[in-house]
Amino acid sequence: MGKQVPIVDYLVLDDDAPHLVATVCAECGAQYFDRRNACAKCGKGEFTTETLPSAGTVRSFTIVNRAAPGVPTPYVSAIVDLDGGGVVKANVVNIEPSPDQVRFGMPVRLTTFVAGADEDGTEAVAFGYEPA
Amino acid sequence: MSANGDNVWILGASMTRFGRYPDKDLIDLGAEAALDALDDADATIHDMDVLGAGSLLDAMSGVGQRLQKQIGQTGIPVYNVANACATGTTAVRTVFMAIKAGEADMGLAVGMEQMGKQGLLGAAGKARGDKKVYEPQGRYGSVMGVEGILGTGLMPGVFAQAGMEYAHEHGGVDFEQFAKVAEKNHQHSTLNPLAQYQKPFTLDEIMNAEMMSYPNTLLMCCPTGDGAAALVLVSEEKLKALSADQRKRAVKISASVMTSDEWTESDQVQPDVSTLTRRAADQAYETSGIDPQDLDLVELHDCFATAELIHYDNLSLCARGEAGKFIDEGGPWRDGTIPVNVSGGLISKGHPIGATGAANLYEVATHLRGEAGDRQVEGAKVGLTHVIGLGSACAVHVLEKATV
Repeated sequence: MGKQVPIVDYLVLDDDAPHLVATVCAECGAQYFDRRNACAKCGKGEFTTETLPSAGTVRSFTIVNRAAPGVPTPYVSAIVDLDGGGVVKANVVNIEPSPDQVRFGMPVRLTTFVAGADEDGTEAVAFGYEPA
Repeated sequence: MSANGDNVWILGASMTRFGRYPDKDLIDLGAEAALDALDDADATIHDMDVLGAGSLLDAMSGVGQRLQKQIGQTGIPVYNVANACATGTTAVRTVFMAIKAGEADMGLAVGMEQMGKQGLLGAAGKARGDKKVYEPQGRYGSVMGVEGILGTGLMPGVFAQAGMEYAHEHGGVDFEQFAKVAEKNHQHSTLNPLAQYQKPFTLDEIMNAEMMSYPNTLLMCCPTGDGAAALVLVSEEKLKALSADQRKRAVKISASVMTSDEWTESDQVQPDVSTLTRRAADQAYETSGIDPQDLDLVELHDCFATAELIHYDNLSLCARGEAGKFIDEGGPWRDGTIPVNVSGGLISKGHPIGATGAANLYEVATHLRGEAGDRQVEGAKVGLTHVIGLGSACAVHVLEKATV
């Protein structure tokens, strides 16, 4: 198998246990996924890194039928509330993209899939959530 | 001129019809609205102490100065502004603040945009172009474009998810209720000669139109287009010295509020369009002393049908959680308890981005003056405008029919 890299740096590809990590404000606990200059909630500048739980529930979703060029449709985009705190946006995968199938509050869990490969054969691994 | 606590008034207002103007340029549109607003105010460019000019797509081109070169180079300060879909309102607020600060007695605000037929906004350049060799880039260390892989960040999806979140929190809002919003706005637009589209659609036609991002179909999304709107603002002190005709038609700005996102957890992964709207509305009601139930009409930012429905709640036009019931009962229709978007709204009147916020103010002011023709809300005395630009910027204005 060729080399694999995560699609974003807040996805950690530990061999058997891929997971998300958040940058967390040491003062107020606000969670972020991007590189930070300071905390947008409290203004302090100290951060720690936390592993996020893989299980959550669907807070909101849409089924995208018309998308940017090159993006396969239809697909389910969702906002997921993680069990124990934290909010993530991702696709819901391994489900029929239909409003009859996706439900509010539906339990989901993190999964990964290969989203593409570069010219060296390195694969980009993305994450999504599937019905739990 | 000195800093004052007096009200600022709308003395003149105008907008072009929204649509597509391939034979005109951005400045033609801005000049048409500006010159007409000046005429409407019975003033000239030489009376203006400040110019606020807004265009989002042409934000780097000095639109205010380009406009001056067509309608009057008088040496006054020009502020070119860009603030997403709140750009036009931001131009108005720039003039408002200059008058409030005592730097100007009278000023001109112009919002303009020429978009043409663009299709899905933001989609260009976001194609999933694989890099030759993956290298983490940007603040998320992404090795490739993530649109469509890690959810959607494009407008139809963002506002669909905002509507669905409301549906989740307040059970009972469904696809049909969202579609009813578009049915209303398309119907309203048939009375507005300035609307880009003036065609009614049945609920069936709306629900069976091409699905863009569930639950928003094509007929529940605003179009792109071209247009401009302009306002002449005046200080209360200056207004008192103007003619009886000018004073009679002047409209009082009873509140002018702008907010941005305060920190919320979900806002970190997707724009939270509700919190800042609620905050702006609450401040506007407090400043003006107007109760939501006193409103005779509202022009709010219905970029998508899902957006309008949740803003009924955010603007307190209905009880918390009852936006679905509000549309079911006909509350926001032109003969309802609080008519919303009698212009046709962004969905049918159109949404040339930089013009939109100024056009909402034009619409409400025109009703308060009793000059809205076939679409006039009879006896309108108080109105509210709302605009939101993703990122986000929100502005709420309360206008009143009054005299000095």
